[in-house]
Amino acid sequence: MPKIKLFEVEAPEIAAKAKPGQFIIVIHGFKGERIPLTISGIDPQKGTISFAFHEVGKTTKELGLMCEGQSIDNITGPLGNPSEISKFGNVLCIGGSVMIAPLLLQSKAMRDAGNSVTTVLGARSKEFLMMEDEGMKLSHALYVSTDDGSKGNKGLDFLSELLKKEKFDRCVVMGPVVMMKTVSDITKSFGIPTVVTLTPIMIDGMGMCGVCRVTVGGKMQFGCVDGPEFDGHKVDFEELIKRQRTMLPEERLTSELWEIGECKCGRSKA
Amino acid sequence: MAEAKPKPKIKKEAVEMPKQEPYVRVKNFNEVALGYDEAMALEEASRCLSCVKPQCVTGCPVEVPIPEFIKCIREQKYAEGIAKLKTKNALPAVCGRVCPQEEQCQAKCVVGKIGHPVSIGRLERFLADWERDHGFQIPPKTPPTGKKVAIVGAGPAGLTAAADLVNLGHEVVMFEALHVGGGVLVYGIPEFRLPKAIVQNEVTYIQKLGVDLRLGNLIGRIHTIPELMKEGGFEAVFIGSGAGLPQFMGVPGENLGGVYSANEFLIRVNLMKAYKFPDFDTPLRLGRKVIVVGGGNVAMDCARSSMRLGADVCLLYRRSRDELPARKEEIENAEEEGLVCKFLGAPLALHGDEKGWVKSMDCIAMELGAPDDKGRRSVKPIPRSEFTMETDTVIVAIGQTPNPIIQRTTEGLQTNPRHGTINVDAVGKTSLEGVYAGGDVATGAATVISAMGAGKRAAKAMHEYLMSKR
Repeated sequence: MPKIKLFEVEAPEIAAKAKPGQFIIVIHGFKGERIPLTISGIDPQKGTISFAFHEVGKTTKELGLMCEGQSIDNITGPLGNPSEISKFGNVLCIGGSVMIAPLLLQSKAMRDAGNSVTTVLGARSKEFLMMEDEGMKLSHALYVSTDDGSKGNKGLDFLSELLKKEKFDRCVVMGPVVMMKTVSDITKSFGIPTVVTLTPIMIDGMGMCGVCRVTVGGKMQFGCVDGPEFDGHKVDFEELIKRQRTMLPEERLTSELWEIGECKCGRSKA
Repeated sequence: MAEAKPKPKIKKEAVEMPKQEPYVRVKNFNEVALGYDEAMALEEASRCLSCVKPQCVTGCPVEVPIPEFIKCIREQKYAEGIAKLKTKNALPAVCGRVCPQEEQCQAKCVVGKIGHPVSIGRLERFLADWERDHGFQIPPKTPPTGKKVAIVGAGPAGLTAAADLVNLGHEVVMFEALHVGGGVLVYGIPEFRLPKAIVQNEVTYIQKLGVDLRLGNLIGRIHTIPELMKEGGFEAVFIGSGAGLPQFMGVPGENLGGVYSANEFLIRVNLMKAYKFPDFDTPLRLGRKVIVVGGGNVAMDCARSSMRLGADVCLLYRRSRDELPARKEEIENAEEEGLVCKFLGAPLALHGDEKGWVKSMDCIAMELGAPDDKGRRSVKPIPRSEFTMETDTVIVAIGQTPNPIIQRTTEGLQTNPRHGTINVDAVGKTSLEGVYAGGDVATGAATVISAMGAGKRAAKAMHEYLMSKR
């Protein structure tokens, strides 16, 4: 079963500058790839930032083996535009899977800005759910949803009921694309402004390669410099889902080669 | 030596530089041109007339003392020669390889009037490579001025400005957004034209001069330019952030899988070494039938890289061969390697398969019209001339514009709204006091050497500004 890890790293310059909603690019190893990760904690006093990741690919699995005290070769950030935080009123914050961690950073910022925050945490099954206690502390109300119904509500259908009962002024969603699409479809019928945080494939993360391009309201936008937050009611999710799958076979290959330890790169697993 | 004897006849032919054979090189990423050996360099250097009023120097954007360094080669004083070169050019190994000498110094060479001009670029490369094999000489340090300068971007413009400013005694900090220095020299120009080890060497040289290079620092995000000047203690800033924002065609289907911007393709291949996947982690999915759209040097680089990755490549350009903006030498190299070109055609739409992967491209035939005031032929579609090309990978190489992050985060910095470039005067001064810019960020995508020239002019102006400041 894939594991989720939460790292806190010393990066004082980034910590001094980062805002909720922004991301970093992590590069580890001479032959490593650049991977974007959303910032999930910022402590300017301590000079640290945190981020969570799912051990699904080679790079994340390798990062997952790192121990306290080791250092990552390069972290570039903060990147992307910060979240729009202000007093909206009633805010519905929905986080899924590994993106629960950055979502809660945003929930906290929303609460500190004087909003009443309702939080929904979702995952595939109860084993993948995380940070419920943290969510509880920040929220006026907390709901849990799993795809298989092993904990809380089954799926996201309950959202429609919730939206019928309660009025929300804004909805923010961070999670897998399919989840963000489902939520956006539901909130659209209720006319609730909905902001989604997109995590398309990226390389440089600063507007150079264009691999993160998404269609928003019929216009081409770059996830890294124009986003990562966009109006969920305008994003072409179908296209985004297809684009995210373009390198899957290659990602599986590196991951599997790494798993069986036959990676030719010379970096040992330990 | 040769007194009273009749003047020796100048050889009309230049000494050829050995290259990898086309059928060999198209299967590898090693450097195509192999460089002169000592005997070749001596023979070629002997063709220089050592003109009293050297025309070649007037053709060089950074005014390299060309006859002087060639004289050093003739006398086999290589260390002295490289020192002469480096008085004006901090990156000779790069310039010797990628400068369009045929349009610059060599175009003005007097020998060129009777035969082939002296191969100045090849001789420059010879000296730079000699130095790499024999160790750098670091010039003596200038007394510090106590002034602190920030350079944004470690590409050709930034590296040149940094070298000049540090040699003038200023404290120089260079911020680079990527995880390696070199800018377009590492992410854009392929290994087979400019080996990355050579770029790394030049970057190391600049660091040895005393420049503090900070990688992974995207200015505009981690620090803004006003912050650098107010809180960072920098008295002047040079912006050399290049033209890194890719342009797309604006045709339907452009977001299908298998459609790459030239930048994405080149970043994967050059910067991230995707041609060594899975040894290196970054993948590149390249099909068998690649279409490269465009006709500049970047398009050539994409096409030639794709061929090396085993694909059948077709270059689609909307004008004809004569109008190709790429360097002649690169066009010839590409043709030798078997590049197929489809001229006078432009894309209309892309179609994909059920998985969202590109499978064909609709195009239209074009015809040339009258030249514009710059002499560039206009071009227009021929009605009802649509045709379809089968493909599984499309690389869009139709130009780059400056990255907008600095412009968006620097209040009062005047830019050209159409091209996204930063407005500068002749020496690179922007609308903000103490802030200079040069290279592609000010001109739009151009050449390495013109960026270096801009870095040099700006460094001079910045020095004057800093020293006049109380």
